[in-house]
Amino acid sequence: MKLELTEAVWLDERGIVTLVELAECSGLSEAELRDLVDLGALEPLNPDSSDWSFGAQCIVAARAASRLRSDFELDTQSLAVVLSLLERVQELEMELQRVHARLPRLHR
Amino acid sequence: MKYKDYYAALGVDKTASADNIKKAYRKLARKYHPDVSKEKNAKEKFQEVSEAYETLKDPEKKAAYDQLGTYQPGQDFRPPPDWEQHFNSGGANAGGFSFDEMDLADLFAGLRGGAGTRGFRGGGGRARRDVQIPGEDFEVTATISLEQAFQGTMLELNLQFPEYDNEGRVKRVPRVFKARIPPGVTDGERLRLAGKGGKAINGGRDGDLYINIKLLPHRLFRVSGRDLYLDLPLAVWEAVLGTSVEIPTLSGTVRLKIRPGTQAGQHLRLAKRGLPKPGQEGDLYAIVQIAVPASVSDKEKELYTQLSTASTWNPRAHFDTETRSETGTH
Repeated sequence: MKLELTEAVWLDERGIVTLVELAECSGLSEAELRDLVDLGALEPLNPDSSDWSFGAQCIVAARAASRLRSDFELDTQSLAVVLSLLERVQELEMELQRVHARLPRLHR
Repeated sequence: MKYKDYYAALGVDKTASADNIKKAYRKLARKYHPDVSKEKNAKEKFQEVSEAYETLKDPEKKAAYDQLGTYQPGQDFRPPPDWEQHFNSGGANAGGFSFDEMDLADLFAGLRGGAGTRGFRGGGGRARRDVQIPGEDFEVTATISLEQAFQGTMLELNLQFPEYDNEGRVKRVPRVFKARIPPGVTDGERLRLAGKGGKAINGGRDGDLYINIKLLPHRLFRVSGRDLYLDLPLAVWEAVLGTSVEIPTLSGTVRLKIRPGTQAGQHLRLAKRGLPKPGQEGDLYAIVQIAVPASVSDKEKELYTQLSTASTWNPRAHFDTETRSETGTH
């Protein structure tokens, strides 16, 4: 069995990807990604530039978008709404985790 | 090969119309889709449902599936002899090819018909030699301890990937990856191993492997992002008089000064003692709790009684003030 040693790359704001790379990683077309940006579901780091770049965490959102699009046959508009809701759910879950972490546990 | 009941997976019977199959899929997909579902085993359930739908939505694949006959789910069976011939036909000699090693889903993925999950594969189970097909991406969850997250770790992943040969036939191939996880990873973070997913066909792009990090619960520390929270129980006299206590951290024990008059619920911050990240180190918060002994000796009881007589402090004084002001406004 072949053993493969490899360096993992973080999917967070430390990494930057181009529109082309984002399309390649997610399976969405560049046009679909542009639509998602226009609809506010994805945010480039440099919205005013003609050559967009994105934080690597966008790969996670774009991949989810790609799965949802194909599994539910969603159009871009619906996809943008779903992505915004998912983002809110995620923020609330993080907030809930923070609140739980701050709650003292009862010790016997 | 093990039989799977695709109709049961979608909760429809064999006579269901294409429309009803679609409806059943959509309902179950909404319930179990891993991106939206909080159901237990959502991923596995969705995989079952989408595998069933991939075959049953396509008239040709559905007919082929029906042709297999009916078995108990999980029962070993062999496709009809002409199927083996079909899979063995054309191209290179199918040395070592056997249905036994195949999963039912792989069998149907190789059939001509509607696009599979990766838009594969024209031509009677054989990829066209001039068409580049990208490798499949895979996602796995890796569970690590908080200590491993703090120090960084070498993750060993034993995975089984389906791999296609140039004839479009699939085999499950075991692969082992060692991935270096740098210090400071936290719950819910994702990592990408570029090119470590499924192999591409005809020179396409290899798929990627995505790792979702999940932290095991820790007996002492609770995690929020890169901050850690620790309950710090103090005896009443320690909180009143102040003291100095030893606090466990992920990098060893540190001594913390407790000021006189420390209150229950106060968060005492130990800067940069959380999970590391350059420029954004997490902090450790010790949450003060006033602990009360479950039982006391006669001597202790006597001292508490003396204290209660000597003290004029009323911890509920604000009840009176608040009640009076409330009454005053009405």
